[in-house]
Amino acid sequence: MTEVIAHVADRTAPAPLEHEAGRTRPPVLRRVVGMAVRIVAALVFGLPLLFMVISSFKPDTQIFADLGGIQAFLPVGALSLDNYTGVFERVPFATFLFNSILISVLTVGLGIIVNSMAAFALARLRFRGQKLALGIILATLIVPFEVMALPLLWEVNLLPNVDSLGFYQGWLDTYQVQIVPFIANAFSIFLFYQYFDSIPKELDEAATVDGAGWFRIYRSIVMPLAGPAVATVAILMFLPAWNQYLWPLMVTQSEAVRPVMVGIDYFKQLNVSWGQIMAYASIITVPILILFIAFQRSFVNSIASSGVKG
Amino acid sequence: MTPAVVAARLEPSPPRRRGPAGSRNQRTIAWLMMLPAAVLIITFLIVPIGLTFVLAFTDAKLISPRPAQFIGVDNFVRLFENGTFWASLRNTIIFTIVIVPFQSGLALGLALLVNTKMRGTNFFRTIYFLPLVTSIVVVSMLWLFMYQPNGLINSILARFGIQGPDWLGNPATALLAIILMSAWQAMGLHMVVWLAGLQTIPADLYEAADLDGASKWQQFANVTWPGLRQTRTFILITITIAAFGLFTQVNLMTQGGPLNATTTLVYQAVQTGFRQQQTGYASAISLVFFVLVLIVTLIQRYLTRDKEVR
Repeated sequence: MTEVIAHVADRTAPAPLEHEAGRTRPPVLRRVVGMAVRIVAALVFGLPLLFMVISSFKPDTQIFADLGGIQAFLPVGALSLDNYTGVFERVPFATFLFNSILISVLTVGLGIIVNSMAAFALARLRFRGQKLALGIILATLIVPFEVMALPLLWEVNLLPNVDSLGFYQGWLDTYQVQIVPFIANAFSIFLFYQYFDSIPKELDEAATVDGAGWFRIYRSIVMPLAGPAVATVAILMFLPAWNQYLWPLMVTQSEAVRPVMVGIDYFKQLNVSWGQIMAYASIITVPILILFIAFQRSFVNSIASSGVKG
Repeated sequence: MTPAVVAARLEPSPPRRRGPAGSRNQRTIAWLMMLPAAVLIITFLIVPIGLTFVLAFTDAKLISPRPAQFIGVDNFVRLFENGTFWASLRNTIIFTIVIVPFQSGLALGLALLVNTKMRGTNFFRTIYFLPLVTSIVVVSMLWLFMYQPNGLINSILARFGIQGPDWLGNPATALLAIILMSAWQAMGLHMVVWLAGLQTIPADLYEAADLDGASKWQQFANVTWPGLRQTRTFILITITIAAFGLFTQVNLMTQGGPLNATTTLVYQAVQTGFRQQQTGYASAISLVFFVLVLIVTLIQRYLTRDKEVR
């Protein structure tokens, strides 16, 4: 049995993206031009982000004084953490950060469970209406969230809710309104479906002979084999959850439940401090960039798989 | 991801086996496993989509003591008489028409650039990808500063003796400025998708072309470009639909101004449906947006079918 699983795991793991085509080496002139273009492109994509992080350590007067030259991108002058302490004084940053982490982690965690269970039923069980269910899920993929954002706002405002004081109407200004609508995700179901469909069905039969029920097969056989699919779904659900802006802007009013992305709006009001804006932007970006660089292969493969894999 | 693309991938699904457990038991389990996802998808995806069609013909308000009244096509009449609506429709379409070829073309160039065997390919790919992992909220704030009349871009231009415009304050350049930064942010995504497409082209096709003495350009025109057909369709459709949803950049950088030069359909929907609480009117705007998406999907289906016939 373990042999079968190891074999399957090997077979179904998506091939890593190897971009080196391994063809003949291009001539020298083309190599030089190619390298030059690459370096220019790298500056275009990299320098603005470098500028953001560097400026977060400078006072506003120096940011503007440095703009004209190369020192805009260099850590020179009166560097300090003043902008960072300013961020914490100006907004309840720790609360915003906690909210964002809570919302993202719950959305991804619950999303993996709910979507993989649905995909398991669709890919490996037989029931009436199966094709129709899959068809409806796939059809919803073309509808962008922005189309239904306003009707959804109206709808969640009518949903029943409960707190320590009893029942009431409306989900606005809560955590759940930022989590629950995004747990079930048609694209995640599709990714799991595709992956589960590629795992040999003989495993299910073997497990049934051993007396395992379907839920056991899902939990102990199929899910452990689906590591790459779980990673892909986790990444593809985490980024939008962390980056959400339009929805929390509309459904949250109190600072107690607002996420970090909406928090940036506070810095545009009254005396604008660009240094503080850059500091805020850096704190909410750099951890994600580090995660990205650490798990680069998974990130790139996940995002590419939402493109043309399969 | 569109149903057409998805459906194409689903076709080679192997025949399902009858499960070893009784099929009645299997059906119950299947529905139980589908239940959480089904409830969530119906509540937060299918109902809001349906509501868009219903509310667009009512005077529904976000918060209102009396129930919504059916008012026929009044919302659409008001919409079509409103200059701001036409400005937002025009801007949305211009944004899309410009950014689709611009962004996908440059992304293809980058992909071809990093697809050759050369030192540091991984490093460059990572750099090109960084803006994508950065939230659009952060990118908007960063570029808001870079675009200031005395900001980073104009300071650099001044070094070369060029007097830069007030990028976001001038109706002639505001939309262009937003297009440039949006392309900068998302290009890494489409580079990776193009790369994945390039990987699917068998290397021996290039070897055969080399043997036939084909030039690099001939190889691109006769091997690469036809080989990217599916990738191309996918990229065009996803950029187009994403471009229709333009909101965050506008909300953070220009608030639709100056003189409605950057207002968009989604921005108008949020203005009316959230800030002015006119859900019915906002739903009418959303419906126009939905029709645009449908038209693009139908065109894409038509074009791909046409190509398969040839």
